[in-house]
Amino acid sequence: MTYIAKPRLHHPSLTRNKVGYTRRDYEGKVSTLCAGCGHDSISAAIIQACWELDIEPHRVAKLSGIGCSSKTPDYFLGASHGFNTVHGRMPSVLTGANLANRDLLYLGVSGDGDSASIGLGQFAHAMRRNVNMVYIVENNGVYGLTKGQFSATADKGSQSKKGVVNADSPVDLVGLAMQLGASFVARSFSGDKAQMVPLIKAAIGHGGAAFIDIISPCVTFNNHAGSTRSYDWVREHNEAVSRIDFITGREEITATIQPGEVVDVEQHDGTTLRLRKLHTDYDPTDRVAAMSYMHARAAEGELLTGLLFVEAEAGDLHASQNTSARPLNSLGKADLCPGAAALDKLNAQLR
Amino acid sequence: MTQITATNDFVIKFANVNGSGSASANELFAKAILRMGVPVSPRNIFPSNIQGLPTWYEVRVSEKGYLGRRGGIDMMVAMNPQTWAADVEEIEPGGYLFYDSTRPRPASELRDDITVIGMPLTEICNAVYSDPRQRQLFKNIMYVGALSVLLDMDPAAIEGLLGEQYKGKEKLIASNVQALNLGRDFAREHLKHPLPIRVERAHRVGQRIFIDGNTAAGLGAVYGGATLCAWYPITPSTSVAEAYQKYSNKFRVDAEGRHNYAFVQAEDELASIGMVVGAGWNGARAFTATSGPGVSLMTEFIGLAYFAEIPVTIINVQRGGPSTGMPTRTQQADVLACAYASHGDTKHVLLFPEDPKECFEHTATALDLADRLQTPVFVMTDLDIGMNQRLCEPLTWDDARDYDRGKVMTAEDLEHKDFGRYKDVDGDGIPWRTLPGTHPTRGSYFTRGTTRDAYARYSERGPDYIYNVQRLLHKFATAATLVPQPVPRPAAKRTRLGVIFYGSTSPAMHEALDVLAGQGIHLDALRLRAFPFPASVKEFIDAHETVFVVEQNRDAQLRSLLVNELEINPAKLQKVLHYDGTPITARFITEYITDHVHDAVVSPQESKA
Repeated sequence: MTYIAKPRLHHPSLTRNKVGYTRRDYEGKVSTLCAGCGHDSISAAIIQACWELDIEPHRVAKLSGIGCSSKTPDYFLGASHGFNTVHGRMPSVLTGANLANRDLLYLGVSGDGDSASIGLGQFAHAMRRNVNMVYIVENNGVYGLTKGQFSATADKGSQSKKGVVNADSPVDLVGLAMQLGASFVARSFSGDKAQMVPLIKAAIGHGGAAFIDIISPCVTFNNHAGSTRSYDWVREHNEAVSRIDFITGREEITATIQPGEVVDVEQHDGTTLRLRKLHTDYDPTDRVAAMSYMHARAAEGELLTGLLFVEAEAGDLHASQNTSARPLNSLGKADLCPGAAALDKLNAQLR
Repeated sequence: MTQITATNDFVIKFANVNGSGSASANELFAKAILRMGVPVSPRNIFPSNIQGLPTWYEVRVSEKGYLGRRGGIDMMVAMNPQTWAADVEEIEPGGYLFYDSTRPRPASELRDDITVIGMPLTEICNAVYSDPRQRQLFKNIMYVGALSVLLDMDPAAIEGLLGEQYKGKEKLIASNVQALNLGRDFAREHLKHPLPIRVERAHRVGQRIFIDGNTAAGLGAVYGGATLCAWYPITPSTSVAEAYQKYSNKFRVDAEGRHNYAFVQAEDELASIGMVVGAGWNGARAFTATSGPGVSLMTEFIGLAYFAEIPVTIINVQRGGPSTGMPTRTQQADVLACAYASHGDTKHVLLFPEDPKECFEHTATALDLADRLQTPVFVMTDLDIGMNQRLCEPLTWDDARDYDRGKVMTAEDLEHKDFGRYKDVDGDGIPWRTLPGTHPTRGSYFTRGTTRDAYARYSERGPDYIYNVQRLLHKFATAATLVPQPVPRPAAKRTRLGVIFYGSTSPAMHEALDVLAGQGIHLDALRLRAFPFPASVKEFIDAHETVFVVEQNRDAQLRSLLVNELEINPAKLQKVLHYDGTPITARFITEYITDHVHDAVVSPQESKA
């Protein structure tokens, strides 16, 4: 049950990060998801990424919609404010929250039902508005809470646990995000923590909408032969286009990078994304080429993972709105109210 | 035939074709009368169409200051052959018909109890102008010129307005004045003038201003401290958002040229209210403006905001429903839909402004109330107030007034006080909240639409649920003490009859009360300004034998709300309903109440008594 809190006792020898928190300070309540659920691995990766980046947990706002994935914000960053909104509408609520206070880190967690079906419109518009956030879809191709119906991301021809064959084409959220102008698009696999953590760190450092589609097999309803979202299937069909290191401005990691194989991308907050290319012809800053390559690999039945596209200087919604550098929720009467004298002038113009 | 004779007290209606540029000429006419110190109340009656369908502009001229629709037309300016027959029929006996006599009159039989005035407008325009658009536009200015002679209006008032409208564009001023004078010259030379209905300079406007309710509401949102407007275009509310943006651009740009506000045209109504919910949760004042179909789409989020207790302000400019209904016509038909919006047991705060001044005030108040009560608050205006310019008292703002941000715990508070997000600490049903990012270790909680205990922990326990929903009821009772209170208008004589009304019905109602009193029918009146109903509403109903409830919808929605919420005997509340999409008239109210009172007098029960 979601109200089971974890004991808050910490072992004194736990390592503290630069802001004084141990990794356990980034945890939340006990997960109520099925044992082995990929979503819990994603929560663990979020915890790891935030701890490694020295983010103060209370400076994160975590928002979600409805569904298994949307329950997960309760299971990480317990000191953060969370918001379980309504089905498919997390993006708009996050957009409003972001406009109210630009100083927090916004983490949106959603599922394939939440984002690719009822929430497809809100997903699309949040991408094109480039709201500064990390938007993670925990994608298992199935409705877990209602026991096994196909979601809109399920592959055509894949089978449900009951043996039903899916006749509809899948919604490819990564392809959509790219086409809609998202400035950071990645895909990962919940079983690959080594890839997820730096991707999430990079997404946090990105200055606009950072979308990560994480294939996260449902151990109960979508982990059987015939599924194209099972652990086995994903492991067999996963092709990583890049491995990335995430480098903060103050602590550069260069040891594992070989000359000639590296692309550095400077992000808004001064951090640097360092991409190790596995394919010499893959350029993650070229939107058209990235889309083309992704579609080609998909046609071969491969799931392309890694950072697929990034546009470092894309700006965000606050930039396009030209909003105050101060959070809007901190402005008071003196900043907001034109006062009686201005109203008298307006009255005079209306006679 | 007896002609209608009136000075500064008549109704003139313009029948035009949508998209012909008549609206600005008609407004010029109405404003010129205002500049002569005579109160006017114009109403644009227009189709849901860009171009080609019939449109009307009705101007009530009333030195006494009645700003509602009276009923009946004294002079019709019939510029649309398509509606000729119906337009002619609408004229009061003894009234006047002004028309374009370039072509023969339509074949329908002409009444012999009206005065017909023809002027070859098209012929004159075609002779003077070669450009087709000019021919169309200046025809409108030309009939304003002719009317100014017929009604004895001051040409300087019109020229002054043209000068203001086209300031810096001298050529346009000159060409408009030329068209105006073409109309004036023709009328002086060929038409009998002035008519027995005329305008005479008076001093009855004073310091009042001329503004539409949507502009005033948008300005109210600026003054009330809203920093986010998230909206989706929909008639008749669009100009609320546009006014907010316009005045924010004027008043809310900081020293670095950056905006102290955000303005997002969302992809739909669901997203617009979602953004408002997100901003409200995160401590910014936010609002959206919409109409009935938008409220339908927003309903899921409204329920979330009610149950999760998040400040939200919604300006609902009502139009004709249900479904797409009559998008450009007025009604007060969303009362129940808004009062109980969403599934489950919900109740929402509604404010009912009567004019643009109250659109301004109630919008600013709604932002305060939403923060104070942590709940959705609706400003229930309508197309009649929202899109028509209305004469009203100047907008006022007290510089000493501060925003009521409600119960928000600071980091310091959290150090010293116990925090339970849904605890009723103060006994008023309103809990304290914290904003994201406030304190490193205290005060964070999970907001959700599911049930929870007083500490915001997920809970399906019956007692926890009951505690919360009962507290919400208690909060709603607190709201009744905070909302704008009803405005009584006692009758001159002691009476057992009462009348309740609200919103845009107000000006026609005040005129009807005067007329009824003149006929010896006295009613104590109460103008409601909000739901939940303050205690005085029940007291008023209890103090009268019969209470008329006047509103603009088919199903007597406010009456249902009164019966339901105050447990009133329905037989006591007499429905007075007007819902054809046009604003209610004083004549309609007067006739209805007169008939009912007379029926009651001759009823068997009354005879025995």
